[in-house]
Amino acid sequence: MAVETTTRAKLRWGLLDVLVVVFAMVPVLWIASLSFKTPATLTDGNFIPREWTLDNYKTIFDTDQFVRALVNSIGIALVATLVAVVLGAMAAYAISRLDFPGKGLLVGVSLLIAMFPQVSLVSPLFEIERQLKIFDTWVGLILPYITFALPLAIYTLSAFFKQIPWDLEKAAKMDGATQAQAFRRVIAPLAAPGLFTTAILVFIFCWNDFLFAISLTSTERSRTVPAALSFFTGASQFEDPTGAICAAAVVITVPIILFVLFFQRRIVSGLTSGAVKG
Amino acid sequence: MSVNATPAGAQVSAEAERPSRVPTQRGGRRKPPLSENKKAERRLGWLLCAPAALVMVAVTAYPIIYSVWLSLQRYDLRFPDQREFIGLENYVTVLTNEFWWTAFGVTALITVVTVAVELVLGMGLALIMHRTLVGRGIVRTSALIPYGIVTVVAAFSWRYAWTPGTGYLADLFSDGAPLTERASSLAIIMLAEIWKTTPFMALLLMAGLALVPEDLLKAASTDGATSWQKFTKVMLPVMKPAILVALLFRTLDAFRVFDNIFVLTAGGNETSSVSMLAYNNLIRGLNLGIGSTMSVLIFITVAIIAFVFVKLFGTAAPGSDDGERR
Repeated sequence: MAVETTTRAKLRWGLLDVLVVVFAMVPVLWIASLSFKTPATLTDGNFIPREWTLDNYKTIFDTDQFVRALVNSIGIALVATLVAVVLGAMAAYAISRLDFPGKGLLVGVSLLIAMFPQVSLVSPLFEIERQLKIFDTWVGLILPYITFALPLAIYTLSAFFKQIPWDLEKAAKMDGATQAQAFRRVIAPLAAPGLFTTAILVFIFCWNDFLFAISLTSTERSRTVPAALSFFTGASQFEDPTGAICAAAVVITVPIILFVLFFQRRIVSGLTSGAVKG
Repeated sequence: MSVNATPAGAQVSAEAERPSRVPTQRGGRRKPPLSENKKAERRLGWLLCAPAALVMVAVTAYPIIYSVWLSLQRYDLRFPDQREFIGLENYVTVLTNEFWWTAFGVTALITVVTVAVELVLGMGLALIMHRTLVGRGIVRTSALIPYGIVTVVAAFSWRYAWTPGTGYLADLFSDGAPLTERASSLAIIMLAEIWKTTPFMALLLMAGLALVPEDLLKAASTDGATSWQKFTKVMLPVMKPAILVALLFRTLDAFRVFDNIFVLTAGGNETSSVSMLAYNNLIRGLNLGIGSTMSVLIFITVAIIAFVFVKLFGTAAPGSDDGERR
């Protein structure tokens, strides 16, 4: 970046930056603002609450409806992420390091699935899962999540694995390390960042899903938070659920914000490497 | 579709990486008798890929075939005993139905408008993230928030923002409730889509920007090129593959639009997308036959879009602009 850095240029960039930040943050701040408003001030249309309260949060954590959904969301996303990253890592290792017929086919299939219209699976999966008795269970959601997360995992991990200097493993063995030691001390630390980044991306994907969550669940047994949000009715039928919905929305946004704040650089590198090489 | 569908990607990776990896070639391999080692490598490769491949095929290929089978039947869960094979009747029903074509038009409109706007905005954002002199970290962080946030959460935020009395935007154009009228509803749905996915577009484009050699830009400056000329004559040709990849992914993604519509309008006032319509027929109408028919039709449409793009790739990616690049 050998650009003349003048104050004027800096100011111009600064203004653009502010514009981007504001545009990105306003909807998030707005929903947070609503979640802190009292019922009386909820409909005053002010962007910043005039009276602050935590009641909305108390309300949702007192209802089984939300707590159960949160547990479902976390559990389902974690299990799906774990499985997808393990299976994806195996396939990505083979793709980036081994030579075997059918490799191209696998990459092609992954690409196809990445573009697959998910709604096309809703009808048949609904029927198949009812027959297999996994409709409205964790497994019933985890399966499609793994499927759609796999292409993402395979691409991202292949890109990461290609950058690992695998010869180090040989070098370690020459220095007298056993195969296990070489893997644990040399390769694992090098592969860990890529696996971690992929896990974050896959988790975000599962955390985000709405279509499968409302189509393949019917009760609180396996409903995730995004799906539960659209069924929120407040504590009683005479209550406006807006405050509760916003509080729940903020709760499920917190992990995403934390991911982005702490791993911003990784997420960017993971998304771009996986995508461009796709 | 084969891997060769994305030579753009292959091109990019070959350019971007240090040439220290083992070159793998596609196809055209000679076939000497395989050594033991080679055989073992093959077996290991298949073994490692098998679980992922099995899951992917089991959860997509089988259901889509099953979906075709279901779409050939009259199958309404409210009247399960009337289930029978009716051939293509469901397809006739759907394709002669005005709701389907309205939804199709809405989906196409949303897709075209959002992808076009996102390309422009995303390019701007990519340039900002790539070139900004101050606060690069902050810009990248905040740009990732729309990407990461749950779509339904963002959709609720927009919904309340445009709700009269509650929201800060509702009186912006001072015409009552924007989410109760078709044109303004569609505009808000598109706004929500654009807000959510522009960062993703920008990240893909940024990866393309990173490939533009600095010396090339310097050389252009020396030859007296203006900023605009540098952008159109130097950056865009180099970025072409990345742009096409980004467009393909976003187009297919936009065609799936569902979450935002569900929360913002629930498909009222003829704002349903095809996904919304298929969902309503299945879950609300419990009509598996019609729902599956729509599933198959959406699948075919997406396949056609992908095919057209791949044809584009085929003509645009390898060789054509490569020669000028070096």
